[in-house]
Amino acid sequence: MNKILLFAQLKEQAGSNTLALDVSGKTVKELRDYLESETDLGSLTGIMIAINEEFATDETIINAEDVIALIPPVSGG
Amino acid sequence: MNCEITRDTIKIDEIYAKVVRREAGAVTTFIGTVRELTYGRKTLYLEYEAYEEMALKKLEQIVVEMKERWPGVEAAISHRIGRLEISDIAVAIAVSSPHRPEAYEANRYAIERIKEIVPIWKKEHWEDGEKWIGNQRGTKEYVDGIPEEVDLIE
Repeated sequence: MNKILLFAQLKEQAGSNTLALDVSGKTVKELRDYLESETDLGSLTGIMIAINEEFATDETIINAEDVIALIPPVSGG
Repeated sequence: MNCEITRDTIKIDEIYAKVVRREAGAVTTFIGTVRELTYGRKTLYLEYEAYEEMALKKLEQIVVEMKERWPGVEAAISHRIGRLEISDIAVAIAVSSPHRPEAYEANRYAIERIKEIVPIWKKEHWEDGEKWIGNQRGTKEYVDGIPEEVDLIE
């Protein structure tokens, strides 16, 4: 099972700060498509994806137990 | 530990103390504060949220990058999260170096990098509404969802 962390507007949209989905074996690109079609998160354009606290590219393959985070454009500082 | 994500008031002298040393002839500090007016719109207060574990790692990555670009600098960064009132300190960066050019340049680099790669988000609360603010630099769209190479850890 993979934990998917949500922050900022995505967290509010989903009404929760995590999703639990088994997406191991999928690429990050496949995960994006899956989330866009199977959840109410809407378009993930502009959202970066981190795996185990590092930014991942669309080709990265997700492993079992990887912690995934959806990272909206940041606005710290 | 020179970087932190904190819910407490940021104390500049503590950040300064982390970088001051005998080899340094210059210390620059940058202090980012909560602004009341943005393009005429009045902010009541801000709320910062972070992916704390990753944000801390990214702050530490920025310090590593600074030391690679400007050998001889020492740096400390603190970012506050939670509810912040007008004029509260949101972020403080202290950089020391033997000579002043590096201390200025590396400090500027740190705040710009924070705005690119550190997973911290700001929600503006106005008199007439609220909104999570996106990328403020307007330089990154991530249209295909892929961070630029420079944003990855290498």
